[in-house]
Amino acid sequence: MADLQSQDYIRRSATNLTPPSARHHELEVAKLIDVSRCIGCKACQSACMEWNNLRPEMEEFQGAYENPHDLNPGTWTLMRFAEYEDEQGNLEWLIRKDGCMHCEDPGCLKACPAPGAIVQYANGIVDFISENCIGCGYCVKGCPFNIPRISAQDHKSYKCTLCSDRVGVGLEPACVKTCPTGAIMFGSKDDMKDWAGERIAELKERGFQNAGLYDPPEVGGTHVMYVLHHADKPSLYSGLPDKPHISALVGAWKGFLKPVALAGLAFAAVGAFVHSIVAGPNETTEEDEAHARLEMEKAKREGSAKS
Amino acid sequence: MSYPKGTIVRNSTLTRVNHWITGLCFVLLTLSGLAMFHPVFFWLSNLFGSGQWMRALHPWLGVCLIVSFLGLFIQFWRDNLWNRDDVEWAKSLDKVLDNREEEVPPVGRFNAGQKAVFWGMALIIPVLFVTGILIWEVYFGGATSIETQRVAVLIHSMAAIGAILIWITHVYAALWVKGSMRAMLHGWVTPGWAHRHHRKWFRSLVASGSPGPTPDSTAKFREH
Repeated sequence: MADLQSQDYIRRSATNLTPPSARHHELEVAKLIDVSRCIGCKACQSACMEWNNLRPEMEEFQGAYENPHDLNPGTWTLMRFAEYEDEQGNLEWLIRKDGCMHCEDPGCLKACPAPGAIVQYANGIVDFISENCIGCGYCVKGCPFNIPRISAQDHKSYKCTLCSDRVGVGLEPACVKTCPTGAIMFGSKDDMKDWAGERIAELKERGFQNAGLYDPPEVGGTHVMYVLHHADKPSLYSGLPDKPHISALVGAWKGFLKPVALAGLAFAAVGAFVHSIVAGPNETTEEDEAHARLEMEKAKREGSAKS
Repeated sequence: MSYPKGTIVRNSTLTRVNHWITGLCFVLLTLSGLAMFHPVFFWLSNLFGSGQWMRALHPWLGVCLIVSFLGLFIQFWRDNLWNRDDVEWAKSLDKVLDNREEEVPPVGRFNAGQKAVFWGMALIIPVLFVTGILIWEVYFGGATSIETQRVAVLIHSMAAIGAILIWITHVYAALWVKGSMRAMLHGWVTPGWAHRHHRKWFRSLVASGSPGPTPDSTAKFREH
């Protein structure tokens, strides 16, 4: 997405300084996806393509309802379909709109080495600023939800922007606007939690004892939340992670290793310099040359004596 | 290549060219690698045109490095095998650091420090190559699982830091021990240099009448 200065940054990738933060009076927003009201029509996918001018390549039929079969640089949201047989033997068709979760603590942003290629606005939206992206794929490793996709054409990483351009001017995301059943809602995060609470109570009345909100605390909560009928088993929904978290490997790589490595390199460089001024150079002396000459002459004498 | 009269060949022309190709690759890899490792170094990406260019070039430089290093390995491995002299030399490391080399037991073509640099690099470069391939997004991004790539990128970073630490030691030693830079730039050392730092190597050359760099080298390399 474009760099929207109308929205305020709270995080900026590979940046040690405080990002511009005067425009801090922004509400945290959230998209609430009520899985129990989704009919799998894919209107949200179409709307996403429409608004963002995306036309992914046509694929072969892969024997599943998903179309295309996975997220890609031109498909930022994707309906995923899972058939689940519950304890009573009833078939449940669990349909989930997959896409960026806009984590409060974004693994992609943590992993990104390019300053300002990934930013988080004060409203919670995590956005990729394409012009700064170098195409390394570190965001893919940082993401706990397997969302970013690198384009083979332009080597940039792409994902859902939560329609940051629309939200920036007071509109709701395209998928929200188009959803015919009201399964996708958008507003302040607090309002969305309240909405979800009411909906969850209804679902419980209807017998879904484990209905609940998916707003995983392991990533600090997300700005895309789900109402799930089986909130105790998120993985039923086409592998939605039960406990999504930034990998400990990424934590080590982007956490302790960076200062330790810098300290090690500085120590080596300073150590070498200190040795240089304390011990000084190791120079070959005239004495060394004399010793060497003696040995060479001796060898020559012995050589000629033999022959 | 001709060398000044009365000098000893430390590194043949082939070795020197091979060494500096490796060195150039290593320096460029270090600059681009550090830029992608820590934000304080990201400005180094400008040396490569842009972040995108740097990201694209880095793996290819790695391929050049391992091919080039293989050439050095073939030329150097035999003289870098560990022996008893190295233990004695290492025990006298304090005297070495203090420039009291006349009190240090004599060594062959390479001392224990140089051997440590050699084997350190010989171990780390293949690790960097393999882990680097795994995280080469353009060609191998889809070849392995994301989890495998997370492991690979962590190992790649740690191995690279290890290699840079070895490199700092290597460069400093070359600056510290006078005559070493000339040995790698122009190929020759004085007999006194060889006698002072690598006496067993010096004696093996004298005994065989070889001009260097090894006792079986023939005089055709230089005109005395």
